[in-house]
Amino acid sequence: MQQTRSVELGTGLFVLLGLAALFFLTTQTTGSDTFSGNDTFKVSARFDNVGSLKNRAPVAMSGVTIGRVTSVRFDPEQLNAEVVFEIDSKYAQIPDDSDASILTAGLLGSQYIGLQAGGSEFYLEEGSEIMFTQSAIVIENLISKYLFSQGGESDDKESE
Amino acid sequence: MFNDLYQTLKEFLRTFGAMQIFFMRLLSNSPSIFVKRFGLVVQQIYNAGALSLVIIMVCGLFVGGVLGLQGYSNLSKFNAEDSVGTFAAFSLIKELGPVITALLFAGRAGTALASEIGLMKATDQLSAMEMMAINPLRRVLVPRFLGGVIAMPLLVAVFTVIGLFGAHVVGVSLLGVDAGAFWQQMQSTLEFGDVMEGIVKSVVFGVVASLYAVWEGYNAVPTAEGVGRATTRTVVLTAIAVLILDFMITAVSI
Amino acid sequence: MASNAENVIEVRDLDYSRGPRQIFKGLNIDIRRGDVTAIMGPSGTGKTTLLGLITRQLVPDGGHILIGGIDIGKLNHKELYRLRRRFGMLFQNGALLTDFSVFENVAFPLREHTKLPNRLIRHIVLTKLHAVGLRGAADMMPAQLSGGMARRVALARAMVMDPEILIYDEPFVGLDPISMGVIVRLVRKMNDALGITSILVSHDVQEIATVADCSYLISDGKVAASGSPVELQKTQSKLVQQFMHGMADGPVAFHFEAPDYEEQLLGRDVE
Repeated sequence: MQQTRSVELGTGLFVLLGLAALFFLTTQTTGSDTFSGNDTFKVSARFDNVGSLKNRAPVAMSGVTIGRVTSVRFDPEQLNAEVVFEIDSKYAQIPDDSDASILTAGLLGSQYIGLQAGGSEFYLEEGSEIMFTQSAIVIENLISKYLFSQGGESDDKESE
Repeated sequence: MFNDLYQTLKEFLRTFGAMQIFFMRLLSNSPSIFVKRFGLVVQQIYNAGALSLVIIMVCGLFVGGVLGLQGYSNLSKFNAEDSVGTFAAFSLIKELGPVITALLFAGRAGTALASEIGLMKATDQLSAMEMMAINPLRRVLVPRFLGGVIAMPLLVAVFTVIGLFGAHVVGVSLLGVDAGAFWQQMQSTLEFGDVMEGIVKSVVFGVVASLYAVWEGYNAVPTAEGVGRATTRTVVLTAIAVLILDFMITAVSI
Repeated sequence: MASNAENVIEVRDLDYSRGPRQIFKGLNIDIRRGDVTAIMGPSGTGKTTLLGLITRQLVPDGGHILIGGIDIGKLNHKELYRLRRRFGMLFQNGALLTDFSVFENVAFPLREHTKLPNRLIRHIVLTKLHAVGLRGAADMMPAQLSGGMARRVALARAMVMDPEILIYDEPFVGLDPISMGVIVRLVRKMNDALGITSILVSHDVQEIATVADCSYLISDGKVAASGSPVELQKTQSKLVQQFMHGMADGPVAFHFEAPDYEEQLLGRDVE
């Protein structure tokens, strides 16, 4: 009987350890879903270029996640991209002239929408559209711009 | 020549079919054994899981450490060493955790299962049970199969977490990556679907590795040599099946 | 099919082959209730195979096996297992479960088949172990036992469910004379004291002569001779004489089939 007891104890410890590890993996390694999304309102915004923005990308204000992107689609009439995202109803007092820009987390990180508060007295609500937007920065454009201006400068220096 | 090929193919199909039937018999007997003879299953979870824990943890630590080193040295070329956590987590959770654990499991627990069952067969213990009107499939095979199936995902989880810890030790403590960046980048990039992919793999590998071990042991030629061959085949077949299935699951989930 | 009530087991026209080799061709055997019946034969005649067929671990190609008048070929899985509970079988090397102590080995069928309280199980197991003289070894592991002791433990285990039929597969192989004497006496004692029917597969002629009521000599897939050991001794058949007296040459040839000796030595077949 003594032996079966130690087996049971070992198994119990092992299973507990395994479950703890599973729990850690499912909760701690993925995006911290503090944003529950059960009580939200939807807002849309139009961008000339969304870069690699995807569904479920975070919407952040001052770096705090307040919502998630729910759809990204190309509008064939206006020839730009329409992004719809939901914002937690806790944050119902965001000025309606706030601007939305597509930013990148870190150098190689994924993209998210950053909201910058405006000064209006009216707040964003279900169905409203953000008018002021700034497109994603496409890194190729940035590099080529940098390279050309660099080239221009060195030319100048040589000519001196 | 063609006849040989035909015979080989026929034999392969026959074995494959027999294995499917065997698998179905294991599955159909599993629920009742799990409920009525849970004590037997616990014993096998202990054998397959708890006893493999040390080797899994040691290997996980060093695999994670290597990922930390490799990730750091390669990512720092792009000034992206903060992504070392993401790199390690992606590799561990989706690929290395399930695959390496399954291979270690085949080597540690699979061989033990196959040789134990093979020896029981060679020494007439299975026939003796049969004669005592005790079905060896239910009494011996199903608990061992279930033990392996339950133990594998837990082992994979432990391996992966220890691996992340190893990557953290190397990346953050030794190489000086910012701890916040390490975890925050990982969390913002990894999605729940990635973790699910790893869990699905670990469950599938658990079923396959346990099935092969039990099957090879049960069908071993009942001699010392036959049991030896069965253990070797267990490792080889499990490794091949795991790697092929790994490719297939990855292809489907992308 | 005429079934005699005195016979516990009747084997009728049994055919069985393994691969290309035909092992039994129309075998007929009757085993009487309460007897010790020995099944003898040169090595490789399929004596152990016959036990496998009687207990339906193997399925015959043709013929019938009746146990208590029931054709075991017609039983489903459940009925077969119920039938097997009436059997006790002693395997060549005991086939004790290596993970369990002697006590747990003997208790194993009780624990699997019954819900008896621990005290009662203990009582039954110790009684059976006492009967084979190994009550003192209850806490030992199978690996610590000698061959003779392992077989006695296996006998205790085979008896623990109080079977009607006890089957012994080569119980005397590899035992020293003392252990052999012990087993011989146990076989007889169990049979007579408990009213069991015993089937004994062996080729130890001397031991069988002392213990068996009836014996069958199987050769070439058929019964070559049958009767009490004394009757067998008197049979004129050359094969029986060779087997009973252990002569090297006879109908079972000393030489395995081979090409002509002289010709092979002189190398004439290499052409």
